[in-house]
Amino acid sequence: MSRRARNGLFLASAAVFGCLLVWGLLGLPDFGDYRGPYGDLLAQAAVPERHATEVVGATTFDYRGFDTLGEEFILFAAALGALVLLREQRGEEKDEEEEQDHPADRQRRDTSDALRLLGLGLVGPLVVLGIYVVAHGHLTPGGGFQGGVVIASAFVLVHVAGRYLILKQVRPMPLVEITEAGGAAGFVLVGLGGVIAGSAFLFNFLPLGEPGTLLSAGMIPLLNISVGLEVAGAVVLLFSEFLEQWLLRGRGGAA
Amino acid sequence: MMVLQGVLLVLVVVGGTAVVLTRDPLRQAIVAGVFGLLLGVLFFAFQAPDVALSQIVVGAVALPAMIVLTLAKLAQLRGEPDE
Repeated sequence: MSRRARNGLFLASAAVFGCLLVWGLLGLPDFGDYRGPYGDLLAQAAVPERHATEVVGATTFDYRGFDTLGEEFILFAAALGALVLLREQRGEEKDEEEEQDHPADRQRRDTSDALRLLGLGLVGPLVVLGIYVVAHGHLTPGGGFQGGVVIASAFVLVHVAGRYLILKQVRPMPLVEITEAGGAAGFVLVGLGGVIAGSAFLFNFLPLGEPGTLLSAGMIPLLNISVGLEVAGAVVLLFSEFLEQWLLRGRGGAA
Repeated sequence: MMVLQGVLLVLVVVGGTAVVLTRDPLRQAIVAGVFGLLLGVLFFAFQAPDVALSQIVVGAVALPAMIVLTLAKLAQLRGEPDE
């Protein structure tokens, strides 16, 4: 196909596509106009029914808890798949050289002191912030997923600010793996609690408590914590595996 | 509020264009991180703080970190010095 014909084809299809797009956009509801009954119903029901002031959290972890279970296992399966692929390449030849002057550390020498200091100073506040976001998932915006990634990013900062060997110390891999799997299993176990209590899977069987307090909304905080553990574990695992991949070749000699 | 939303929408358009126009992958990762942060602020201005938090942690933290690590690995495979 000549360049001219290709351009003509593109212009024609772009014009048709553009017309369809404008047509579709004109049919949209007005800006800020909301007509679905579901959101209004949930906004009215969440506090009286579930004692959760965060309606989004009540929806994702209670009314639509089963969807969240699926999403949690999507992340679990994705992290697992990436680990299996990356670890096969890594093979068995690790742990043989845990010497002081790790290649990863040799490359860190050009990290500026300012960056290290800032990174180190941020690690503590980030962990606290992450725990806060997880623990208040049923009260304020946030929850297990967001808080989990915040906690995991603190580990990334440890690597940026410190040394690879220190990261290895604060991040024992088996513990991270157990955290990830435990978080995923915790969600299912809490869900099974509803069955044991004599109702449906993921039925909110715990006492609801006073709305607006930390110990309220029944099982929603527990589900937030398990998702937080799972997400933090998964992100730390993925980051570590990618890092290992980078180091793998560095040991060969070039670095 | 409407003015703020309008300004942020324009900023997001500019940011998205900047991500596309940045050709060097390493710079692109950083620009994409800033773009992710902009999107988070936009969602916040549209009163969706939950989505904003998710967007910030994924778009401005997790995604650039993974891209940078992958680029480091790729640079190594090509035998170039790391940045």
